[in-house]
Formats: sequence, structure tokens, C-alpha cells
Amino acid sequence: MSDARIDVQVEHRDAPPPAEKKHPNTCPKCGSHYRDDELDAALWVCAHCGHHYPMRARKRIEWYADAGSFQEEAADIRSEDPLDFFDLRPYTERLTEAELNTGQSEAIVIGQATLDGHPFALAVMDFSFMGGSMGSAVGEKFSRACDAAAERGIPLVSVPSSGGARMQEGILSLMQLPKTVVAVEELHDARVPLITVMSHPTTAGVLASFASLGDVTIAEPGALIAFTGPRVVQQTTREKLPDDFGLAEQNLRFGHIDAIVPRPQQRAYLARVLRLFR
Amino acid sequence: MSERDQEVNLRQRLSGLSRLPLLRGARVDGEAKRLEEQLERLQQDTSDEAIWRSVELARHPERPYTLDYVERFVDDWVELHGDRGRADDGALVTGLGKIDGRTITLVGHQKGRDVKERLDRQFGMAYPEGYHKAMRLMEIAERFQFPFISLVDTPGAYPGVAAEQHGQGGAIARSQAEMVRLTVPTVACIIGEGGSGGAVAIAVSDRVLMQENAIYSVITPEGCAAILWRDAGEAKKAAAAFKPDALHCLDLGVIDGIVAEPPGGAQTDYDTAARFLKAALVEALDELDETPGEELRRRRRAKFRGMGVFA
Repeated sequence: MSDARIDVQVEHRDAPPPAEKKHPNTCPKCGSHYRDDELDAALWVCAHCGHHYPMRARKRIEWYADAGSFQEEAADIRSEDPLDFFDLRPYTERLTEAELNTGQSEAIVIGQATLDGHPFALAVMDFSFMGGSMGSAVGEKFSRACDAAAERGIPLVSVPSSGGARMQEGILSLMQLPKTVVAVEELHDARVPLITVMSHPTTAGVLASFASLGDVTIAEPGALIAFTGPRVVQQTTREKLPDDFGLAEQNLRFGHIDAIVPRPQQRAYLARVLRLFR
Repeated sequence: MSERDQEVNLRQRLSGLSRLPLLRGARVDGEAKRLEEQLERLQQDTSDEAIWRSVELARHPERPYTLDYVERFVDDWVELHGDRGRADDGALVTGLGKIDGRTITLVGHQKGRDVKERLDRQFGMAYPEGYHKAMRLMEIAERFQFPFISLVDTPGAYPGVAAEQHGQGGAIARSQAEMVRLTVPTVACIIGEGGSGGAVAIAVSDRVLMQENAIYSVITPEGCAAILWRDAGEAKKAAAAFKPDALHCLDLGVIDGIVAEPPGGAQTDYDTAARFLKAALVEALDELDETPGEELRRRRRAKFRGMGVFA
């Protein structure tokens, strides 16, 4: 039963060999291949089959916000290494590498912008930074985004994308669950709406905290939204998994989200929802 | 004194002084400073072996579970069953009772003793229905202004198809949200395994205590090892790296106090373990009694908002 205790995706030594490595711009669903600029122009959605590629946080903000309106906040908050954590490599080294590879200081970008001229706050996660894992810095930045939105009375649009809590920060990463929950509670007390756009993947600790507490919650097509991912469920329980296990489509059917909105329609959808709360 | 005796001695003192903020030195100035120094010395020595020993004791099959404690120090216990929606989750027991004459609401994970009971109670891994049931108790606590006590002992929330379909993540999130809305005193104690989201779901409390051999962690040692070392067999190394033992949790400010166990662990003497636990719970409740509800809630929120270390 040891695997029963795992709530993030697990790689195993005896796992089947990974499928042949494909170029990241090759669509995993239909095999179409695109240049970066083609995908960029198409909001990282496959023109042929509609598959949603992962979208970087800044690109997404560029898509939602009026041109040039985004002002980033708390960009200088970075992770510390409270446990001197060392697995096969030191945590600090992994952090530095993530920063070099992504150009991001952490797995979330927060700030404010306008949408059709109306101000709103943003908290957008970036999966490419250590799998979007939530440590103290992510928890703090998300909480500050809530504070800023509450203080200014402007709605908060949150886009989770995360494999879960950041193990390298041990128990402190678990404490980011109640921390962000408190931040959302205070946002709600200020009667400021929280709109959540769940992107692939929204799992484990992030799903079990702020991601599940939106007033309106939508998801991207095909996004994995699960507390425990399919592989771990399979390994632990030996249950046969439904084909759409944990996907946005199943979550809609079971009543966990309000709608599935394809990326190209999200801007208009958000604009409409935000109008209702003005 | 041998080092082990010293450690036991210190831990007993720590639990005796669990009226915190212990390590932040406010309450018991001179004593706290001395203890802190001692603690620091000990911590340098908290060997990987000692941490692993906690992991083993926390999961000991003979370790007392929630109902063993209820039987020993809760009077007039009335267990309440069912989430009023879908099911009654045996992995989380909930009910009303009296401790030292005051009515309390209590929720706690319950692992099974024999194979059948283990299966019935899913090894203490709750479904969303379990957390819904706990939220029902929170409502009762708030309505009648009864203190809310939680005993945490779970490897984690249940990882299955139905649990996902019934909204495991959302249930854990909403249970925490409910806990930070309460205006009654709330005390949690990790009495075995404090496994990840399934544990914190019922532990967003004014006072969070840990028994001295309990563990509290974001992931199991095996899970962490499987991911970072790509080998679940490296669990000992993983545990040494993420430090789920009570002393480290206290040091990181995640818990407020350590509850002593009988020598050798809680499984050796249920009655003594229960006596220590009861004393700690009563002490925490007494301490919180004077504070108005709104203030309790404000402080509880501030405490969790402050958690984390960043630059």
C-alpha cells in the first residue's frame, strides 16, 4: 500500500519506457507539427485537432490583458531552501536551473492589468518552472495577488497549472494549502470575485486549495484536473480507469467545474463574467 | 543522563510547556531560551535513524487510533455517521462528547485493526464523503459554539477513481476553508501519520499539536523517493531530507507543541498515551477559552498566512 500515500505523479523504475520522444511542437493527439511562430499565433492550440499545448504564463497574460496594460508585482520573491534539501541534486541548483531555463523567478506570475479597459488582477502559474509546483514563494505570491485584488476591489483571475506541492520544501509546502485558502477566504470576505481557469495540469496540492475555491471555475479542454493522477490511482488501486479519467470533460460531468472553454474563446468569456461582477 | 534520556526529558518538558509560542520565546523567557539551546544541540544530532524511527512508530500497526483515545477520555461519546449526501466514510469518524465536562465536536481518522476493518476503513484514507462529514461537524461546532478537535492519522486522502469523481481536491480545499471560518476554539493533534492534503484538510487549527513520534509531511517517504530518487526503496533517505518528525515541524513553526508519549511509543501503553494527549488538549482548550471567537479566527488566519520561507 505504500503507493497509496502518494498524491503526485510518480515515475517508477519498472514503468514502461516512455513513448518515443517527440518534438514538443508535434501535436500529441494528431501528430501535426508546427513552428513556434505558428503555435504562438494560434495561442498554442493545434489548428488541426484543437489540442491545447501548454501555454507560458507571460504569453497567457499577453492574451488576456489589454496590450501593454500588465504591471507585474512581487517579481522579486524567490524560493529559499529551508531544509537544505538534497536529493540527487541540491534544491538550490534545481531552482537556479529552472530560472535559467524559463526566465521566470518562480512558478507563478502575479500583477494587474485591464481587460477591455477594466482593471483586474492576475495570478498565472507557469508549468515549465519545476512543474508548477507550489512552495512558499508561490503560496506567498498567490496570497499577495488576493490581497491586492481585495484592496483595490478588482476581480482576480487565477490560472493554476501545477503538479502539486513542492516536495523540496517539505512540510512548509503543505502549509501553502491552508495559506492560500486563507487568502481566498479574505478575498471572499471583501466580496471580490475569484475566476479560475484550470489549465493542464491542475492537480494535488493546488487543486486541494485555491484552485477549487473560485466563484466561477472553467477549464481548458483536455486538462488533467485530479487530486491523484491516473498513474498513481492505477498503481494503487488496480482499478480500471475510465478513458476520460480526471480530464476536464469528466470534471464537468461530475459537477466540479462550470464550463470548458477553449483558449481562443477565453478572453471574451472572462470579459463577460467580469462584466457581471462590476 | 544518556542522550536518549535527555531527549525524552526535553520532549516531556516541551509538551508540558506546549502553551506556546514556545520557541519564539515569549511566554517562558528563561526556560524557553534554555530549551531552545538544548533543542538546537539535539537537532544537530537528529540523525536519519531517529527520523526513520518516528516514521516507523507513526505507522506502527499497534499504535492507538482515534477511537482508542475517544474510549479513554471522551465521556458521553455519540458518534455521528454519514455526510447526508452519499455515504458514511469509515476512514473518518466524527461525533460529539465531553472532555472534562465540556461538550466538544471531534473528528479523527481511523485506520482498521484487522484486515476486514482496514478494508472497511480504507486504511484511514478518507473519500470526499469523509471530509463532507467533517464539515457537517464543523457546522454543528459553529452553531452551538462547541470547540472543534481533530485527531489526524492518515497516509493521505484516498487515491481512487470514485474519490476523484466525487471531488477529492475540492472537498479538501473546502474543508480547510470551513476551518478558517470557525469562531470556536480548534485544536488538532497529529497522532500518527499526517499525510499531506488528507491530513491538513482537518488540521487548520488554532493549536496544532503532534505526538512525539508522529510524522507530518507533504508526501510519504516512499512517494518522495519514487519521484526524486526514482526508487521507492530510498524512503529512508527521502525522510531524512524532508524531515517529517515532530521536532522539525515545531522548529519550522508548523506545529505549536509536542505531546509526550510513553517511553517506546504510544503503542506500548494506551492509557498513558491517552492521559498525555488529554492533558495537552485540555490545556490548549483552556488557553483558547478566554479569546473571543472573532479574534480566534483572526489569529488563526494570520498564523497560516505567515507560513513559509521565501526571499
